[in-house]
Amino acid sequence: MDWGFIISALVKAGIVFGAAMTAFAYAGVMAERKISAAIQDRIGPNRVPLPTPLMAAVPLLGPILAKLSATFVAPLLNPVIKGLGLIQPAVDGVKAFTKEDYTPEHVNKVYFWIAPMIVFIPSVVILAVIPFGSTLPFGEIAGVDIGTQKMVIADLNVGILFSFGIVSLSVYGIVLAGWASNSKFPFLGGIRASAQMVSYELAMGLSIVPIFLIVGELNLSGIINYQAENSWLIAPYKEHLLLLPSLFLSCAIFTVAIFAETNRLPFDLPEAETELVSGYNTEYGSMKFAMFFMGEYIAMIAGAAMIVTLFLGGWTLPFGVLDDQATSIWAGLAHIGIFVTKVVAILWVMVWVRWMMPRFRYDQLMDLGWRTVLPIAIINIGVVATILFFNHVK
Amino acid sequence: MSTVQDIEISDSGRAASAGLASGHGFRELEGEKMELNMGPSHPSTHGVLRIVLELDGEIITKAMPEIGYLHRGDEKIAENMTFNQFVPYTDRLDYLAPLANNVHYALAVEKLLGVTDRMPERGTYLRTICCEMARVSAHLLGLGAFAMDVGAMTVFLHTFTEREKVYTLCEALTGARFTTSFTRVGGLARDCPKGWIDAVAKFCDEVEVNFDETEKLLTRSPIWVDRTKDVGTISQENAISYGLTGPNLRGSGVDYDVRKSHPYLIYDQLDFEVPLGSVGDSYDRYLVRMEEMRQSVRMIRQCIDRIPGGRDNELGLPVNIEDGKIVLPDKQKVLSSMEELIHQFMLVTQGPNTPKGEVYFGAENPKGELGFFIHSRGGGTPYRMKIRAPSFVNLSILPKMLQGCLISDVVTILGSIDFVMGECDR
Repeated sequence: MDWGFIISALVKAGIVFGAAMTAFAYAGVMAERKISAAIQDRIGPNRVPLPTPLMAAVPLLGPILAKLSATFVAPLLNPVIKGLGLIQPAVDGVKAFTKEDYTPEHVNKVYFWIAPMIVFIPSVVILAVIPFGSTLPFGEIAGVDIGTQKMVIADLNVGILFSFGIVSLSVYGIVLAGWASNSKFPFLGGIRASAQMVSYELAMGLSIVPIFLIVGELNLSGIINYQAENSWLIAPYKEHLLLLPSLFLSCAIFTVAIFAETNRLPFDLPEAETELVSGYNTEYGSMKFAMFFMGEYIAMIAGAAMIVTLFLGGWTLPFGVLDDQATSIWAGLAHIGIFVTKVVAILWVMVWVRWMMPRFRYDQLMDLGWRTVLPIAIINIGVVATILFFNHVK
Repeated sequence: MSTVQDIEISDSGRAASAGLASGHGFRELEGEKMELNMGPSHPSTHGVLRIVLELDGEIITKAMPEIGYLHRGDEKIAENMTFNQFVPYTDRLDYLAPLANNVHYALAVEKLLGVTDRMPERGTYLRTICCEMARVSAHLLGLGAFAMDVGAMTVFLHTFTEREKVYTLCEALTGARFTTSFTRVGGLARDCPKGWIDAVAKFCDEVEVNFDETEKLLTRSPIWVDRTKDVGTISQENAISYGLTGPNLRGSGVDYDVRKSHPYLIYDQLDFEVPLGSVGDSYDRYLVRMEEMRQSVRMIRQCIDRIPGGRDNELGLPVNIEDGKIVLPDKQKVLSSMEELIHQFMLVTQGPNTPKGEVYFGAENPKGELGFFIHSRGGGTPYRMKIRAPSFVNLSILPKMLQGCLISDVVTILGSIDFVMGECDR
């Protein structure tokens, strides 16, 4: 057994999970609240100071630390930390954990408990196949030859199919939550979720077929390498100019489908708080609700990462050497930085859209999915295939 | 070859074929219908309206509104107090536009007393400004809540920012932000404070910017148009036969505005237009409200320009009827003069002495025609008072509108009708 592989995979998984949770807390919750506040002429979270009193709990040095922090550090840092709401996500997390974990009497307990996990786990698992950087050539550190590490947890040759398969699992969690709650509003939310997510998954799958036609493989690293060598797939100008509108359309459809898949406004029908109270999670509270919440936001992050990987060149940037596999640690870190920046940009757009739009109606959503997006995606495949065929023949 | 009945099939299939064979069609196949309680505590029922929905999937087959959760017996309460004492209760009718309620109530009592013509001009102008400000503030909230129900939360917070300014103005004028209780029979609680009219003028400029922003967010947004167009359409005939008033009636294209057809206050001297819808759907009602706010701002500006005595009443004109039998006399005089002391005593203990008779006064409140029917047997308390609450009447059309809609349309329709349960239940 290759212990080196297992250890490196575990370390990478740990780092990615940690980064995803941090991103959930900060890019997700805090950015969402701060951006929405900016859009709506509000201030947003600005009350939570440094947890100075908590420092007193440190053995022996505690009181001194607390005193020092209160006199020197807190007055200096608190205005910034409060203003940006930096401690807010941590406090929210503590609140979710320490709330009473209440299970209503009328629910189907087993499914009620499993549902949040089924929503949460798949959204995290998708992150496993996404290449978040090129390589990190560590070489030998402290006598151990770590070698060159690929910046992806699982470099599957069917990466994209894997992520599609996993993405479709989370809908079960939502449907299960709606059904197990044994209550009417969650039930309606669950029904809506199943219909919505299934229909948009089709469009999502079809919208990226053109990419496979062009690239010719399903491995996400392969797709990025292709984009590094040629051009980003949102605008593949080097292949054929005729492909530009088609691929842009693909990207648009995929983005819309990601919105629908992650239940973000304008597609947040399963939740639709003004119609269905809170939709599928009406009966949930404390950490079980937080699981749904995390699942939703991490799915959002994963969705943004997918958009970046498939259409926006992943970790590449068409300047200088940034398109090549990293040969030094700094280049490797730069690649990770580029990837994260792109993901954050997409997340920002997702937050922005959420606060600017009304919500679709159920039938309009279905109509859009089946009668507009799906046919366009299918036609798009035909167009791309035709262009590629003649391009090839020539 | 076997017939359909001979094949082993599941129960639903058997039921279908049996149903077809017996000529009952697919009646047997009709699924179970779900009964859903929307409200009394639900995010988009704007208070405590309860609608019992019968659902076939997401389609509503029957809707039964149930009201009365906020019933406080205001009409009965009115019989047990003098006319002035009832003013605070009018705040709590349409609590989104308390100033308008105050003014209209006072006008109704003044009509009973027959002193409408004796009201000083300055007071009338101030009352008009109050009414139109109340309309702006009520519509701001109504539109914002409507948009929020449809999912556009930003609109709500944007409109509420402006509404907050109205609250601040109310506080400066009346001392209270929400329950204003500003009018008295025969006048107002006091003249407006110094600089208040200037603040109103500034508010008018700011709120118009907000209208444009709101329109940018909604009017041409494809999702908003999809959600509201042809949803909850009320035909002209239905609007009239159900007795709708206000923007809901005008949204259906019926040209009826109490301010135009039975002018009161100084509306006959003001230059304003009454916006009308063409189809009567939720989108039209939205547009009508939007335009009404602009017209209100226009009226407020005209009032500000013409208000007798100048903005800060440099001429010292009165705002109340100067008649000790109707309006409380000056406190200084009460303490020094016998006649005023008697007036004060009589007004506080007995109320203004009304003649015997019945009177109805209807006025254009933000939600529709707010009417007070007062039956007096003389003296300072009404024998019977009936409040015609526009929300109550407007909601009567709900079962008809909701039938055949989707659940999502319920919130659109409720938002577009723009009702207040405090007024509906009274």
